[in-house]
Amino acid sequence: MARLQPPAVLFALIGLAGLALPLVQFKPNRIVPGEGVGLLALPQGLAITGAVAVVLIAACAPRWPAALRLAVAAAGLAGVILSLGAAAAHLVPPGNALARVAPASGFWLLLLAFGLMGTDAVNRLKPGLALRWQMLAGALALAAAILVSGALDGVSVMREYASRRDLFGREAQAHLALAFGSLGLALIVGIPAGIAIFQAPRLRGPVLGVLNILQTIPSLALFGIMIPVLGWVAATVPGAARAGVSGIGVFPALVALFLYSLLPVVSNTLAGLSGVPAATRDAAIGLGMTRAQVLAQVLVPLALPVLLAAVRIVLVQNIGLAVIAGLIGGGGFGTFVFQGLNQTAMDLVLLGALPTIALALVAGIALDLLVQGARRVPA
Amino acid sequence: MIEIRNLTRLYAGMPVVDDVSLTVERGQLLVLVGTSGSGKTTLLRMINRLVEPSSGRVLIEGVDTATLPAHLLRRRIGYAIQGHGLFPHRTVAQNIATVPRLLGWPRARIAARVEELLDLFQMDPAAFRDRMPHQLSGGQAQRVGVARALAARPDLLLMDEPFGALDPLIRAKAQADLKDIQRRLGTTLILVTHDMAEAVALGDRIAVMDHGKLLQDDRPARILTDPATPFVADLIGTADRALRLLSLIPVGAIAVPGEAEGAPIAPGATLRDALAECLWSGRSALPVEGGGVVTLDALRAQARHP
Repeated sequence: MARLQPPAVLFALIGLAGLALPLVQFKPNRIVPGEGVGLLALPQGLAITGAVAVVLIAACAPRWPAALRLAVAAAGLAGVILSLGAAAAHLVPPGNALARVAPASGFWLLLLAFGLMGTDAVNRLKPGLALRWQMLAGALALAAAILVSGALDGVSVMREYASRRDLFGREAQAHLALAFGSLGLALIVGIPAGIAIFQAPRLRGPVLGVLNILQTIPSLALFGIMIPVLGWVAATVPGAARAGVSGIGVFPALVALFLYSLLPVVSNTLAGLSGVPAATRDAAIGLGMTRAQVLAQVLVPLALPVLLAAVRIVLVQNIGLAVIAGLIGGGGFGTFVFQGLNQTAMDLVLLGALPTIALALVAGIALDLLVQGARRVPA
Repeated sequence: MIEIRNLTRLYAGMPVVDDVSLTVERGQLLVLVGTSGSGKTTLLRMINRLVEPSSGRVLIEGVDTATLPAHLLRRRIGYAIQGHGLFPHRTVAQNIATVPRLLGWPRARIAARVEELLDLFQMDPAAFRDRMPHQLSGGQAQRVGVARALAARPDLLLMDEPFGALDPLIRAKAQADLKDIQRRLGTTLILVTHDMAEAVALGDRIAVMDHGKLLQDDRPARILTDPATPFVADLIGTADRALRLLSLIPVGAIAVPGEAEGAPIAPGATLRDALAECLWSGRSALPVEGGGVVTLDALRAQARHP
């Protein structure tokens, strides 16, 4: 055992468990619970199962280079997703519009196994920044190609998508507008606020205290509070309703996400500015820079990596939190999630959840790469 | 000429700098010495108004500095600090160009000035211009810090423990280079240090401070031979004051006609070097390059308390 790679053994165990469990669920229609169908029950199932098992076990050998592991993981991920599509095409009788084939526990475990293997391989490879960007672009291109090819069109989630193509596009836009809009507002307000409390230390306690309290309010509760409060504002303040203020819809969702974003932006701005060495600031002032020049030419550039880290935190957090907006008519992928929950249609829930997860993942990785790029400029 | 008149700075009612008056002539190198908390750094920072005086005035060439906008005043005064304070996100050339850029010099003039300064500090412009500060050694970073302070040809240069972060070997070389450059440019220089040896090695004049008060302001030789208070005497230390005194005088100043055996010594070397050489080679006199001798008896006479 000591000669084996412990992480690879873990991935193999997860993958083998995935092979043993049902790959998909076959349901006569979208609401009833279905029955599990394993990979073995599909055409060439035995050969595929055997090949996957052999690869997973072989990967435990210590001599495998990381690049090979990465290639295997990528092929494994593509293979698992394609076999999901193949299973759907095989199981649903032609012409039957009601039957659904949904991914089941086996699929998710195999996805997890190869996903972990890929992540582990990338960490071992320690690729350069440019290569990481290329890998991210490659993964996105591959995913897009699989989706566009129609190989997955028989899968339940894609069936839900097919009947809501236009709506999906609109909700995707609404989701992105909520996540990026609240981020933008938080940056416009939060960065100046961070700079202000950096220059006036007496304000730090109160400002950060208030933001901390805001951050601890559960998201559902915050939405709940805002319905009566903003509803009252819209009803009594002249012009407020015409300006878009309302108790439900996009406005309260945007306000809530904005409030949650303020603490990370303000506190990271403060931390970034405070992290600039005192000698550097002293030199900047001593050489005759004005306050604005010290800020623009020295403090903000040096605080940039910490600021970008805040952007990463906020964007990933808001992509996830924006789902809740669906509950109060704010739009976004949450609309599908809550509709699906109401109809007990898990496929519809997945249509909202999967793109949200994918967005958060891509945004997180892309911003990590941006932060690393910014950190490389100053030492 | 810099005139410091009755300068006082209070913090929470307590004087950190207490009614200090000083005059520094054009081209002079004044060293402010004191222990930490003596007020020497606060006094320095009041000259370029990084600290505003509670009372008193600073006049540069007769102009009261309080009448100028602080940032414009600072652009005319060079400023270099311990740990160099270079901007880590800017190249060596951009760091040196800071004040010329603030003053709106044309591009070509800035580039030429950067070249000139790197040459002056014995750093090859082609090799160093585009380096980032973290790619420099401590000694190189310190030199870039001083070059940046001198970039816009200030008539006055302020330095706060500029050699504090350097190891002793590099420090001695950096001190000698600074003194040489200051002589050549004719810049008035006020330098803060806690190290009396550094003060004696560099200063045309030494001002000793303690508890915010100026205790003594005089030539190094006078400070060594005639300390004004017991505190100044303590700061000098009694162990090697004779040797420090010898280190202030060049061999050429006491050479007399005559002949002596062995390797000659340069007329620019200090009497301390000459004494060390006498003891090491067991000679009682050394020939001086270009004629004359320096004798052990003469060295002894110079080192004795007057």
